[in-house]
Amino acid sequence: MNILTADNIQKSYGDFKALKDISLSIPEGSIFGLLGPNGAGKTTFIRIITQIIAADQGSIFMNNEPLNIKHIQEIGYLPEERGLYKKMKVGEHLLYLAQLKGLSKSESLDRIKMWFRKFEIAGWWGKKVEDLSKGMQQKIQFIATVLHNPRLIILDEPFSGFDPINVNIIKDEILNLAVEGSTIIFSTHRMESVEELCDHIALINKSEMILEGSKKQIKENNKSNTFDVEHKFVIDEIDEGFEIQSRNELEDGFYRTSIKIVNGRGPNELLKSLIEKVEVHSFVEKIPSMNEIFISTVQGGENE
Amino acid sequence: MRFLFLRCKEVKMNKIALIVRREYLTRVRKKSFIIMSIVGPLLFALIFVVPIWLASREGDEKIIEILDESGYFRGKFGSNGAVSFTYLDNTIEEAKNDLTSKSSYGLLYIPKFDLDDPGGFTFFAEKHPSLEIQASLERLLKNEIEEIKLNKSGIDKEKLNRIKTNIKLNIINVSDKGETEGDVTVATVAGYTSALLIYFFIFLYGVQTLRGVIEEKTSRIVEIIISSVKPFQLMMGKIIGIGAVGLTQLILWASFTFLIQQAVLGFYNIDLSKSRQMEIIQDSEEVANQGIIVQEFFEKLGTVNFPLLIGMFLFYFLTAYMFYGSLFAAVGSAVDNDSDAQQFQLPITLPLIFSIMLLAAILRDPHGNLAFWTSVIPFTSPVVMMMRIPFDPPAWQIVLSMIFMIAGFIASTWFAGRIYRIGILMHGAKVNYKILVKWFMMRN
Repeated sequence: MNILTADNIQKSYGDFKALKDISLSIPEGSIFGLLGPNGAGKTTFIRIITQIIAADQGSIFMNNEPLNIKHIQEIGYLPEERGLYKKMKVGEHLLYLAQLKGLSKSESLDRIKMWFRKFEIAGWWGKKVEDLSKGMQQKIQFIATVLHNPRLIILDEPFSGFDPINVNIIKDEILNLAVEGSTIIFSTHRMESVEELCDHIALINKSEMILEGSKKQIKENNKSNTFDVEHKFVIDEIDEGFEIQSRNELEDGFYRTSIKIVNGRGPNELLKSLIEKVEVHSFVEKIPSMNEIFISTVQGGENE
Repeated sequence: MRFLFLRCKEVKMNKIALIVRREYLTRVRKKSFIIMSIVGPLLFALIFVVPIWLASREGDEKIIEILDESGYFRGKFGSNGAVSFTYLDNTIEEAKNDLTSKSSYGLLYIPKFDLDDPGGFTFFAEKHPSLEIQASLERLLKNEIEEIKLNKSGIDKEKLNRIKTNIKLNIINVSDKGETEGDVTVATVAGYTSALLIYFFIFLYGVQTLRGVIEEKTSRIVEIIISSVKPFQLMMGKIIGIGAVGLTQLILWASFTFLIQQAVLGFYNIDLSKSRQMEIIQDSEEVANQGIIVQEFFEKLGTVNFPLLIGMFLFYFLTAYMFYGSLFAAVGSAVDNDSDAQQFQLPITLPLIFSIMLLAAILRDPHGNLAFWTSVIPFTSPVVMMMRIPFDPPAWQIVLSMIFMIAGFIASTWFAGRIYRIGILMHGAKVNYKILVKWFMMRN
């Protein structure tokens, strides 16, 4: 079940094509990483989902319904360029944003109080936004994003400018929200957080979609059939169909060798052939990190 | 389906109302707003009161010495509370020498002179005399010499005074509704006041709209807001909210000014009788005349059609503010700070300043071609039409101007909205007119 489906989305600003034929599906309950270098078109795509701008062509469905104005209440959006009214008091500000999302006053108040308890910031209600530190303001922005219990939460570079403590608090909250059933679109160019949080991924580069799928599947597709082997004694030569990528000498006569399987043979065959030659202590398949996939895909695209 | 549509519309309206409410409350609660509401009328009142107060004020008594060699003026200068005169009999050299040691204000020297060609009158003083003293001394001398001349030529002053005639035209406006008494001075003052007020408020609150939009842009709140409401709703909410602040301020000013004016008028009537008793050098006659003119003015105020004037004022106040306010909002959306805003503000402010410059010409011919066209074109019509209203322009011209004004503000908010929706999302872009046109043409 997909909460959101985009079909052939196109968007141009004058002569510049910001999005070329983007199609993707976001499964309900997933944490979906929308990746890409700066200027790739991520924010444009998000602005189309949040109905801030309209696509030139293509269509978007939310819960199998064409995207329309009532979906605004089901989406929570934390933009990359974000801020608050500096002169407003924290409580009034959150109340205002919640009411703009269509919550009633009493409901807004209940929810704000709940989040104040959660983040242990009960004393902030009457404080002016400008008197808060940057990190404190970001907490308020995060609360404002999720206050109306949106089914789809869109976070555009949520950790930029956060200190490590707040990053962890927000990460935990994101995971909590996902557990509670919200779908999260997580736009970033920082791979470490993708690795940790996301289960689905789309990679946009130069206005085009170049990768899409579950993290597991993408890693599966991008792995190079290479195995890291730790062993005693030196591998003098290797059978046909295997290729040594690198070798390092460890302590006490131990070695680590990366071996790639080049033809259709399986890992068991490699292991079998190795056991005959050396004493194998560990045998691990080399899984590429998202960072490696990201860089090789983006650069691969550029080399074409 | 119909139900759904209505519900959607209701939600939309609520959102604009929420934005209006926030814009209104945050501004009205500001200290500067409260201070302005009190200080503004006080300033108005000061402009009104100070000249009267100055005219009726009793200063320190000044002593002026008179050395009259001609002999015409002995005993003619009477003292009053402000100035007293003493006559000297010594020579001019002695009198001049003594002047520095005495506390007198100055020495008026009247030499022997030819009645047909009087001259040589000199005022010696340590400090430069005030313009008022100089003028009144000159007038005293002139009046006295004229009287002597009259006597010599055998003309009776009483007779002459009877011959002197003052003419004041009664202005009657003839229309289908009958005859109404008019007064050009009153109409001019009413017209000018309302035209200037409109101009002033458009400027004051137009710039506030611009600032508000820039603030939303630079504080980066704007994208959070427009993920909940349409950019056009945000823009309209802001314009309406700030307009309501302007209206509130206006009403506060009007009521405070009225109260202060009433208080001062009561006070002033007493003062007036006091000043009438003053003599010669205090220009009592003029002050009294002023008093009569002021009284007459307030009586004639009744000749202005106030319900029409106020109704029209409110109409033009609101529509002109919407017209210009939305343009100011568009400028605010396109730039990142106040200084960048200036170059785009100019084309907006020019027609406003132009319409103020036009007022003198409109006044010369309140029903001419220039007056007609500039009071119909929305860029100048609010200011110019307010100037014309007290002069009773034809009803069809007022209606035409109003229709154009409504069309004008709808067009300008539409135009501004198209720039605004793109502009608020653009940060750090160097904007010029070509880019603005591009934004305007862009599909949503």
